[in-house]
Amino acid sequence: MIVIIDYKAGNIGSVKNALYRLNCECMISDNPNTILQADKVIFPGVGEASSAMQYLRAKNLDQLLFQITQPMLGICLGLQLMCAFSEEGNTDCLGIFPKVMVKQFPPKDKVPHMGWNNFTTIKGELFQNIQPMDDVYYVHGYYAELNDYTSGVCDYIEPFSAAMQKDNFYATQFHPEKSANIGEQILKNFLAL
Amino acid sequence: MLKKRIIPCLDIKDGRTVKGVNFVDIRDAGDPIVLAKQYVQQGADELVFLDITATIEKRETLIELVRKIAQEINIPFTVGGGIKTVEDVSNLLQAGADKVSVNSSAIKRPALLSEIANAFGSQCLVVAIDTKYEAEEWKVFVHGGRKATGLRTLDWVKQVEDLGAGEILLTSMNNDGTKSGFALAICKAVSESVNIPVIASGGAGSKAHFQEVFEQTKVTGALAASIFHYGEIPIPELKQYLQIQNIAIRCNY
Repeated sequence: MIVIIDYKAGNIGSVKNALYRLNCECMISDNPNTILQADKVIFPGVGEASSAMQYLRAKNLDQLLFQITQPMLGICLGLQLMCAFSEEGNTDCLGIFPKVMVKQFPPKDKVPHMGWNNFTTIKGELFQNIQPMDDVYYVHGYYAELNDYTSGVCDYIEPFSAAMQKDNFYATQFHPEKSANIGEQILKNFLAL
Repeated sequence: MLKKRIIPCLDIKDGRTVKGVNFVDIRDAGDPIVLAKQYVQQGADELVFLDITATIEKRETLIELVRKIAQEINIPFTVGGGIKTVEDVSNLLQAGADKVSVNSSAIKRPALLSEIANAFGSQCLVVAIDTKYEAEEWKVFVHGGRKATGLRTLDWVKQVEDLGAGEILLTSMNNDGTKSGFALAICKAVSESVNIPVIASGGAGSKAHFQEVFEQTKVTGALAASIFHYGEIPIPELKQYLQIQNIAIRCNY
């Protein structure tokens, strides 16, 4: 069973629908036991970082996420919350990706970065059967800087982490659930881990 | 490179798709779900659903439709029409909408925008602006272009950006339904004066119209309805044309 973590700011419906379209059973939960017993965990996200962190702390989910040993996929805000610190609301984040800072895009071009963009580099299991020229959908005003865990790079204003991986923790800044067939392939790759 | 977005708009009334010509003569152009899926297959980059009856009819019908759309399609979509409260936004996002578009309620109570941005983030907040060129100035109108607000368009776009809008959907009432091309002057002025993405709307009648709005202004998306609904310009043909003109377009889908 795939469990999608329920926290107030997340756009839960989209991820659930995407998994259903892939004929994958899933449930939405904030129950610690349910999450820890899941085959895989998805940590979705649309929202604002500091209020999301407050909610996670209030529900003790911040501690729980560290204990997850099964594959977990953070999406968009999920990726950012897995970093160490975010400039959005100047909040400490989960630190699953230690020392990684989430920064605000400088206003050199339109912000948020909204729309379809390709990769400059990709590596790892999440990107099997994906080409760098493939476009995926982004909508974000903050980005994780390039770091040791970066597994995909996108260039907008400056190169940033399109995807990251550390052990069982995977994350994408783009929305695979909203990235048409390319996104479905990336979700399939995660489900196949 | 970030791609320019081609965005079909589906005006919804009583659960069906319609398109007003200059917002008056409304014709029926089909089932929104069927149409939406067709657009996705054709390579639409995003969809916008505007519920033109939402202000006077029950919200539940719309929520149910949004839920079905979200189940069926795998690209982002925006829902607008009659959004008045943070709760309205919450309901639509929960049903699966990626973004909401707010129009007249933002003019009535601009603080609504910051409330939405604070609660859900700017990235899900589109501010729709209907603009009309009158007495040598672009002004903001509401209620399908029938009611003047007295606001100057270039003032209002700055204000909505400051209040937390993540994107502006700019419709020229002079051009809408005319198929004579986008309102390049105001698209250029708005897209250069704000730092958030701007979608041009109103007036698309040919492939070259998309090319000129992308080449001559800083808009990052272009929206149209009837030319797509009635098959006058198939999206794949449009995208192929734009790619040949060296405009960054998503062609691998």
